[in-house]
Parts: sequence; structure tokens; C-alpha cells
Amino acid sequence: MGADSIPIAEPIARLIAEFNKLPGIGPKTAQRLTYYLLRVSNEGAKTLAEAILAMKEKVSLCSICFNIADSDPCLICRNEERDQTKICVVEEPLDIIPLERTKKYKGLYHVLHGVITPTEGVGPDKLKIKELLHRLQGGLVTEVILATNPNLEGETTAMYLQQLISPLGIKVTRLARGLPFGGDLEYADDITLTRALEERREA
Amino acid sequence: MTTPRVYKTEAIILKRINLGEADRIMTLYTPQLGKIKAIAKGARRPGSKLGGHIEPLTHSLIMLARGRNFDIITQTQTINSFLPLRNDLWRTTWGLYACELVDSFTEERLANRPIFDLLLNTFNWLCEANNGENILRYFELHLLNYLGYRPQLRQCVTCNSPLQPIPNFFSPHQGGVLCPNCGLQEPVARPLSVNALKVLRLWQNSDYTTARRIRINPQLASEIEQVMREYIRYLLEREVKSTAWLDKLRQETQRIVVDNLTKPN
Repeated sequence: MGADSIPIAEPIARLIAEFNKLPGIGPKTAQRLTYYLLRVSNEGAKTLAEAILAMKEKVSLCSICFNIADSDPCLICRNEERDQTKICVVEEPLDIIPLERTKKYKGLYHVLHGVITPTEGVGPDKLKIKELLHRLQGGLVTEVILATNPNLEGETTAMYLQQLISPLGIKVTRLARGLPFGGDLEYADDITLTRALEERREA
Repeated sequence: MTTPRVYKTEAIILKRINLGEADRIMTLYTPQLGKIKAIAKGARRPGSKLGGHIEPLTHSLIMLARGRNFDIITQTQTINSFLPLRNDLWRTTWGLYACELVDSFTEERLANRPIFDLLLNTFNWLCEANNGENILRYFELHLLNYLGYRPQLRQCVTCNSPLQPIPNFFSPHQGGVLCPNCGLQEPVARPLSVNALKVLRLWQNSDYTTARRIRINPQLASEIEQVMREYIRYLLEREVKSTAWLDKLRQETQRIVVDNLTKPN
């Protein structure tokens, strides 16, 4: 938007431009956020600025599982009560949150930081796959759970990992596929329905 | 003539890009409209009624509503989801390569029915194939044919003399084969063996039922692949991205085979 031509104070224009870079924030939202912050007390603004800085300074990747953490190894890797024989492989750090929310999984994680996307030129070398194989060499791990997304790229990555890990004599499992809660049979796709039928359970 | 606000079409899903929170921009190849881009709203949410029907490598019936920049996908129904294609790492890779080629070579809203049929057939052939490489070569040759880039394999592209059954040359930027005399004067042309030329000709001029009967050894297959890859790279002026993954997969599979052979039992 032609912020240069409009006589707006430079610091304000700068903040608007910064907000504009954030995902999901358009020019209008950026202006609104900026003018809101203008009215916030000095402490309020300072707290926000410091929170952003602290997040950048203190947070890094866990050197074991590559999750985002404020300590290395991260809280999950350090927790000895967790099942050290299972590793759940996910695409992004954000994927750990819903899995943890279920409170059903007590093992460890491994974050790939992406997924194999041949048409975009993203191959296994750009992901944390070598690091995963390295973790498996200890002999402690007995099961790897592949929790990549149930779409084409996620499946490709899962099949590739399975091909790499199976020869090591480690059990490789894939998250089951079925109908989502609150879903509708009418709109279910063939692949989901096929799997749901194949892996049906006694009610 | 007014165009209707909503319309229905068959489509093969070539590609998708995430947009915003839960939307996707889909690249579709349709029989009547050629390549189109459309938005699938909320397709990334679990339980989306669109999601599963518009994954790449799917043949679907799609209803679209006209939008300002992109049309919006309103309803979808899978016609064929090519399960054997998705359940196998190799077949998925081959299928994606075919999709990327179609996407790279075509312009939006330029209908080319033969390309749609070719892609659909290729998916079907790949579903039954153990080795998709020959199918991909057949696909490439015929795709180039429909695009107007059919390589000249009958006579020398420079002096027009009929080609003899002797080692010739292939020139990507002249789009065809050069006789030995002309080929030696052309520094970027690559040598082309007699057998490679024969197989290329046969694939170019026959239907799939005939073409599939050809058995070729790995060395010849690799030569033909390189010829086609160079020609396609020249036409697109860039590398096809999925070839990197194809090569990587090939390399690793070989390594696993070697590992198993050398493993003491």
C-alpha cells in the first residue's frame, strides 16, 4: 500500500510494514494493530517487545529430537519417565502439540522439519532423516511411529522412511487412517473409506 | 455469450499449494479447459468434505464457482484415486514426475484434450507396472508430440538426409537427430546409438500396447533417459524438480540391494 506517499510518521509506517510481513496479516490489520499499540502503556509495549526478543534468544532446536525447546535436550527428551523405546516421527514441531494433548503417547518424538516434496525439489537431504537414523543406532528403540500427514507428501515420506528403517529390524508403524470425528460418510473420500473398512474393529 | 457462474468438470489434480490457514490453491488439468488453478477452501482441516478428493494423482469430478482471481472449488467427487499408485513409493514418484511435466509445459486455460487422456492413461499403466521407466519415456515422447515439440527421428535435422542405421547424434536445441557428418560439426550434440534411435522411433510411432512389449537393457534405458532429459531440460530451460528425487531413490535402492547381497548370512 502506498504508505510512502501518505504523510504517516516514520516509526508508525515502519511498524505497519513489520506487521504486514506476518502470516495472515493484511495491510488493514497491520494498521489496526499499530494504532492499537500506540494507545498501549509503555510497559505493555515493552513486555511485548521483550517477549519477542526472549523467544528468539532462548528458544532453539533440541539437538536430539529437533523440537523447538528452551533447553537442550528438550523437556521431552530429558524426561526419563517417558518410554525411551518408541519414537514418533512428525513433520513439524507444531504436530507434537495435538499428539501430546491426547495424553495417550508417552514415548519420544523426532521432528523432520518438512516432508519430501519431489515437485518442489525437497528431498530427504533437506530433512532431519540422517539424524533419525543416527538415533536408531543405539539399539534402544524398538518402534518408530510414522505420524506424517495423511496426504501424498506425508505418505511418500512415510514409505521412504519405512524402506530405510525396516532393514534395521525395528518395528515401523503408521498412524491409522479412518473417519474423522464429527465427519460425514457422504463426504468421505475413497482412500479413507477403503482404509476404514479394511481396518474396521469389532464394535 | 454469458458464462455460467458455476460449472462442472473432470480434472486430474497436478499440484497443490497451501494458502492461509486451511485453504489450498489447486492446479488441475481438465479435458475442456486445459490447466486451471482453483481455490479449495478449508481443504486442510480434518473432516473437510473437499480434502481427500483433491489430493495430487487423483481423477475427480469437480464443481467450481467463478471467482475474481481464482475459481472456487465447491464440490468434489473422486472418480479414480489410483490406489496402487499411492501405495508404492516408486509409482508415486513416477506419477508425480508425469504431473510436474504436464504442469511445466502447459499454459493455463489452453485446452489440449490428448494431453489429458495421455496423463490419465499413464496413471493407469503405472498402476500395473513394476518398472515405470519405459512408461515415462513413452509418456514424454507423446507429451512432446501433443505440445508441438515432437523430436525429428527420421532424417537429419540439418541436411535432411535419411538417417542410416549407424551411430548418430542427438541435438536438443535442434529438436532431433543429426547424421554423423552434421553431428560432428555440432559441438553440443550427444552421440545416439542405433538401438536407442530404434526404440525412440518405435515408441514415438506406436500405441501403448505395442510399445509396452519392448524389453530393453538397463544401459539402453539409461541412454534414452539421458537423451530425453537433456531435450526436456533444453525446452523448459530448467531441471525438472522431481528428477532429483527419482535419482536419489534409484541410488538408495541400489545401495540397499548391494547391502543385502554383501550381508553375511
